[in-house]
Formats: sequence, structure tokens, C-alpha cells
Amino acid sequence: MQTFDLEAQGLRELNSTLHAQVKETNQTSWEVINPKGSHAIAVGLDAPIEVNIKGSTGYYCGGMNKQATINVLGSAGPGTAENMMSGKIVIDGDASQYAGATGHGGLLVIKGNASSRCGISMKGINIVVHGNIGHMSAFMAQSGNLVVCGDAGDALGDSCYEARLFVRGSVKSLGADCEEKEMRPEHLEILKELLAEADSDAKPEEFKRYGSARNLYNFDVDNAAAY
Amino acid sequence: MSSHDENGIPFTTPRQSATFTADVNSDIRRAAATGIYDIRGGGAKRKVPNFDDLLFMGASISRYPLEGYREKCETSVTIGGLHASNPIELDIPITIAGMSFGALSGPAKEALGRGASAAGTSTTTGDGGMTPEERGHSTKLVYQYLPSRYGMNPDDIRKADAIEIVVGQGAKPGGGGMLLGQKISDRVAEMRNLPKGIDQRSACRHPDWTGPDDLEIKILELREITGWRVPIYVKVAGARPYYDVTLAVKAGADAVVLDGMQGGTAATQDVFIEHVGQPTLAIIRPAVQALQDLGMHRKVQLILSGGIRSGADVAKAMALGADAVAIGSAALIALGDNDPKWESEYNKIGSTAGAYDDWHEGKDPAGITTQDPELMKRFDPIEGGRRLRNYLKVMTLEAQTIARACGKNHMHNLEPEDLVALTMEAAAMAQVPLSGTNWWPGKSGSNF
Ligand SMILES: Cc1cc2nc3c(=O)[nH]c(=O)nc-3n(C[C@H](O)[C@H](O)[C@H](O)COP(=O)(O)O)c2cc1C
Repeated sequence: MQTFDLEAQGLRELNSTLHAQVKETNQTSWEVINPKGSHAIAVGLDAPIEVNIKGSTGYYCGGMNKQATINVLGSAGPGTAENMMSGKIVIDGDASQYAGATGHGGLLVIKGNASSRCGISMKGINIVVHGNIGHMSAFMAQSGNLVVCGDAGDALGDSCYEARLFVRGSVKSLGADCEEKEMRPEHLEILKELLAEADSDAKPEEFKRYGSARNLYNFDVDNAAAY
Repeated sequence: MSSHDENGIPFTTPRQSATFTADVNSDIRRAAATGIYDIRGGGAKRKVPNFDDLLFMGASISRYPLEGYREKCETSVTIGGLHASNPIELDIPITIAGMSFGALSGPAKEALGRGASAAGTSTTTGDGGMTPEERGHSTKLVYQYLPSRYGMNPDDIRKADAIEIVVGQGAKPGGGGMLLGQKISDRVAEMRNLPKGIDQRSACRHPDWTGPDDLEIKILELREITGWRVPIYVKVAGARPYYDVTLAVKAGADAVVLDGMQGGTAATQDVFIEHVGQPTLAIIRPAVQALQDLGMHRKVQLILSGGIRSGADVAKAMALGADAVAIGSAALIALGDNDPKWESEYNKIGSTAGAYDDWHEGKDPAGITTQDPELMKRFDPIEGGRRLRNYLKVMTLEAQTIARACGKNHMHNLEPEDLVALTMEAAAMAQVPLSGTNWWPGKSGSNF
């Protein structure tokens, strides 16, 4: 295990050290101490390493991650795991706005709650939130799965495309062109796997599925009020 | 037409309205028939004060000129030296603006790369990600970071020579993109992670930041991902240039791209193109003032775009304080867009060469703004690249001709003092004297 003191060694040094790890690195386990809410911690990683951040992080922790596993032993600021491609990011506490924004792949797990716009414009990422999510989550979500074990706020899935949204609790309101969908066996299968990977003991059968009604896919004047 | 009625009473001469013009009426009829606003490509077509309203004075007894072809007039420009360890070095101060793959075909992107590289300048990706065609043929490629983040990925970011965070475009300040279903081919759909054939609305706002304080952190993140190697540009529309440039610089931009309302777009609402934003001529001086007030003029580069057509436009933009310019529409015309040789085909789709702007429909007779494989065959990227190179060289020679005539051994030495304006409006916007006077509206010390 390599320990990195962010306060003493600085952000540039941290990220360039982590970027220097290649596929065959034997330094696979890293611990970052004193994160103190710093921004852009462990961004742009591209190696199968594990990074444990001991404390809370600022904006964009784990941004554009590929391959790496990042554990935040605290809460995460806005845009955590933004545009993630692969790998796994686990936030022990809560996540601020835009968690997992535009993510293309990999798994983001938030053990606490996520704020507004969780999964905005997601493009293939899987997100599992143990708690609740805020308003405008999965706005323009394109693909991937958003699993919410608690409740969802206003305007869930507004203008979403093909992303699958699963909510166990209540949904305050659905956004434009988002509707409840039939839960089919393949969806239960997806849920089962994601819940297991995210260490949640929720049961797939307890969830409802939401997604695009596909009415806004091509412009129609009769839907003008929804635009 | 008879001039009297059956009782011999004269008819009044039929009079067309200056308010309800033929254009306006056709817009109303089109809206009534379809129920959707008009979407089109290109920039503002209305007349606005522009570079044609400025003139250079040239040398005289008090200023001596440089000898054409003999005395050097440098054109190189370095962009992004402030924070990046690998700034972009361009031979000419004319860059190719971001135009999306999706709006343009793969071969058109390739041609842009070929032409720009041969002329010693950069190209820019667009809403739709980086294509191998463009990366392969552009020696210097600027990678756009857009609200939609279509195709955004760290591998391509690391292949880029610079990153351009797009906040806005001159054609549609505050608006997002639009790529209609017809143009969503399999390849475009895959690059954007969206189903084929649906209308794609690109967001108007970034999904994970709002405002200048967030922008600063976003820039930090991108620099950390790219190891502080490549410059980071911020592109803004000509909305509030003084404040936008100030905030971009404070957020840590290496360069600001400023795009006026004549600037082209692939597709957006006509009402947006014609009614939102400020003319290119009007936005330069406030932007330069912002840089000067921060002590950053020539340290953070200003790249101006929106209706740049000729070496004269380049020279005028630079005289007013820009470090470089970017071209979109003009580059497409150089490739063969709107060429009269396709006139009969333009007629078939209700247009005429020079006016064709329905690029979003994907039926471009010139085969440039389309994803239709048959139409694409009409466009040869090697020939297109050669034409673009020629055009860029001509613009550069023209700009040098003017700079030499003003006695400048580098394009950057052109200054507002070299210019006069032909109209009051242009004088006020460019803050150069109305021709024949030593005055412009708003000049301090004058009591206008
Ligand atoms: C076909 C086309 C596609 C464009 N696509 C983009 C884009 O993806 N992103 C962007 O920031 N600007 C885009 N633009 C705007 C240009 O980057 C640039 O601001 C504009 O073309 C400059 O004005 P000009 O066309 O008068 O030279 C596009 C313009 C055109 C003509």
C-alpha cells in the first residue's frame, strides 16, 4: 500500500503519480490522506489500481476514470465520477450535484444520498444510490442504469432517452416524456447484478422502472408544450 | 393589370408592405403549414455593421510602408503559452473553427485537416467527438468540450493539442445544438450513444458546472487530466464580451474564442440566428479592453470569429486587438459548399447557390454537410484540402499586403490607429474615427 499525503505533496504530484501507473503496475493499492475537500482528486486515471481517499472530496473526484477503483471514505462534491468510462467509484457518504454526469461506463455507488441532477446526460454508466436522489436526476439521460434505493425528487428522467431508471421509493414527479415502464425479467436480472455489485440488500422486486415514453424523439407540434 | 375599374375610377397602385415583406410572408406561411419554427444552418443573414465599414489608411509621410515580397511581415502566433507546457504554434493567424462530425461528413472533416495542416494552422472538432479522419489529417487539433459531451472520452482528450470549452456560439448565444433525425446515421448515432433517426438536442448548458467559479474548477480538472500540457481555450458567444472575457480569464483560460452573431452554425432556429447576439465588429473592443484591464492582452490570446471572409477581415480583426481569427462558413465555401455548379440541384430542393442553408436536412448537393453515402461521394477530400490550403494562403497574403502597407513587420503590430470607419455605427463599435474626422461616438472627451 502506497500512502500519499495530499496536503503535503499536492494535487499535481498526486495525479501525475497515479497517471504514471500502467496496466502492469505492482503498486496497485493507494491511500490518499488529507484530501480536505480538494477538487479534481484522482482524475483521468487509466490503470487497474485501487485508490482509497480518506476523507471528503471536492468537485470532480474520479473524473473520466478508466479501470481504477476509487473509494471515497467521506462525502463527494459536485460532479464526482463525471464522464467515467470504466472501473468503479464508491462514495461512502453523500454526493453533491451531477454525480456521474455524462458517464459512459463503469459503476458509481453512492452509499448515502445524491443531490440534484444525478446521472445527468449519462451515456452508459451504471449508478446505484443507496439513499435518495434530488431533482432533475437523469435529465437527458441517454443510456445506462440509474438505481435508487430511496426516493427520487422532482422531474425524474426529464427528456431522457434510452437510460433505465429504477426507483424503490417514491418519485416526487416525472419529467417531460418520462413514464413508468413494465418491469420485465431482464430488468430484474440487471437490478440483481447491480445491487449485488453495489453491496445493497434491496430486492429487485421492490423497484419500479421508468424510462422514455419516446414521444419527443421527433418533433411534433402537438407536443410543443412539453418542449 | 388594368388601371381603372368598370366605372373608370383608377385603382391605387398595389403597394408591398415594408413590414410584411415577401420573406416575412413566406415565413408565416411556412409556420402555419408546419407548426414548427424554421431551423437552418449558417449565420445571421441580416445586414449588420461589419468589417466592410472599416478602411485602413495605409502609409504616408508620417508612416512608411514595408516593401512587398522583400521585407518580412510575420504571421505566426503562439496560443496558450500562459499555463500550458505545449502551447500551439501556428504559422498563420487563421484557424479552422469547430464544426461537428455529424453536421459535416467524415471526408469533409478530413479535408479541413488536410488544408489546415498544409497551411500551418489548426482545426477544431465539434459537437460529435473526434474522428480518426480529422485527428489523422490535422497536425494541430483542438478538441471541443461541449455541453452535450457527445463522444467525450479521456483517450481523445489525451490525443488533443488543445481543449476548447464551449460556453456559447455566436449564432446562438444561450442555445444548444440540433441534429435532426435525417442525419443520424449509424456511425453518428454510435458516437453519440443515441438511437438512430431521432432528433438530437444538444444541451445549452454544461451538465456539471454553472458559472465562473465552477468553470475555474472544471479547467483545473481538465488540466490535471492532461498534465497541464495542452492549452485550454474558452469559447463564448458575442453576448457580453467585456464580462465574459473577464470571467474566462479569471477562471484560468489560456485563450478566449469570441464568436459574433454572423458566425455560422450547423443548425438552430432562424429566430435565434437573426435576433440573439451582437455583431462581430461590436464585440472586439470590449473583449480587448477586458484583457487590457487584466493586464492579459497578448498573454491570453483572443481568437475572433463570425463572418471572417478575407485577408482584409483578418487584418481588421487583428488591428482591433485579436491575436488570431477562426473561420467556419468561409472554409466550407472554399471546400465547395454552395458552389453554383450545383445550381440545378439546389433549385430542386427549393434553394439557390449561395443561399442554401438547410444543412440539417442532410441533402447537401455538394456532399459536405451530409451523411448520405451517395452525396458524400461527390466530395473529394484531397481536392477539398488543396482548395482550403489555397484559400488560407490567399487570405494570409492579403492580410500581409495590408500590414506591410501600414508599415508593420508582424501582423500583431497592426493597431486601431491604422483604421477609419465609414459609418457612425462602425466608428462607435470599433472605436476608430469616422473617416475625415478625428472623432467617434462615445470617444472620451467629446461631448456627443
Ligand atoms: C457546419 C457548422 C458546424 C458547426 N459546429 C459547431 C460545433 O460543433 N461547435 C461549435 O462550438 N461551433 C460550431 N460551429 C460554429 C463555428 O465553430 C464558428 O463559431 C463559426 O462558424 C464562425 O463563424 P463563420 O461561420 O462566419 O466563420 C459550426 C459552424 C458551422 C458552419
